[in-house]
Amino acid sequence: MDIQSCVNIQTEWDIVAARQLGRNVAKELGFGVVDQARITTAISELARNIFIYAHKGRVCIEKMNDKGHAGLRIIAVDSGPGINDIRLAMEDGYSTSGGLGAGLPGVKRLMDEFQIVSSQGKGTEITAVKWIR
Amino acid sequence: MKSVRIPILKLYNCLLVSIQWELDDQTALQFQEDLLHKIHETNANGVVIDLTSIDFIDSFIAKVLGDVINMSKLMGAKVVITGIQPAVAITLIELGISLNDVLTSLDLEKGLEKLKQELGE
Ligand SMILES: Nc1ncnc2c1ncn2[C@@H]1O[C@H](COP(=O)(O)OP(=O)(O)O)[C@@H](O)[C@H]1O
Ligand SMILES: [Mg+2]
Repeated sequence: MDIQSCVNIQTEWDIVAARQLGRNVAKELGFGVVDQARITTAISELARNIFIYAHKGRVCIEKMNDKGHAGLRIIAVDSGPGINDIRLAMEDGYSTSGGLGAGLPGVKRLMDEFQIVSSQGKGTEITAVKWIR
Repeated sequence: MKSVRIPILKLYNCLLVSIQWELDDQTALQFQEDLLHKIHETNANGVVIDLTSIDFIDSFIAKVLGDVINMSKLMGAKVVITGIQPAVAITLIELGISLNDVLTSLDLEKGLEKLKQELGE
């Protein structure tokens, strides 16, 4: 069974807590330092997006085991405004908040699997997975 | 939780900053402000920011760093970034952030040397 732990995102400090949780789980699973940095960065981007665009939500970290192959799944969920145009949001440099617009396309490159489900007015759920090489 | 102030040291005409803790948003923004005030106060014309202890940089921290480098430049101070760990360099590039035009060095000592060269001393 997959084991999950979650951090509710409501303040900037919860972003710190979420990435610390992610780094600890990544370490426990035996990810190397570069993958730990990738996972920490990805969680930071997703948690901050929740904080900025949806104001509150949740980031969950799941340990995965697929036929002896270990991995880590990040699930970032919110009931915020949703993303209008996902294709646009995935473009490097696209930001509606004066940010670098590097978050979503960056997370996709940092992780092995990436999925967005979003509907306007209902919220956003982003799932990203990293496997141990 | 409460954010900490990052100490900024003065050495001759340069400012030295070593970031020793994981940066939260408030600390990063406070640092931006503190550094600009310190440049103004001391007339420093060079700044070395050492990131040896930093084990990840996300796009928010990258933006704050990039901004503070440009703001310092506007005020007449050159900034050198030192000690970027391999894992940090890799994740920054994968995020699509290249820190073009930013002066960098391997460590604090080389950073100070680079500043001297840049300042023609
Ligand atoms: N959880 C979310 N809810 C609503 N909109 C979002 C969410 N995450 C991202 N977005 C939208 O996607 C855009 C791109 O996000 P990102 O790549 O992280 O760049 P940035 O945060 O710098 O703008 C954001 O500007 C925002 O419009
Ligand atoms: Mg973002």
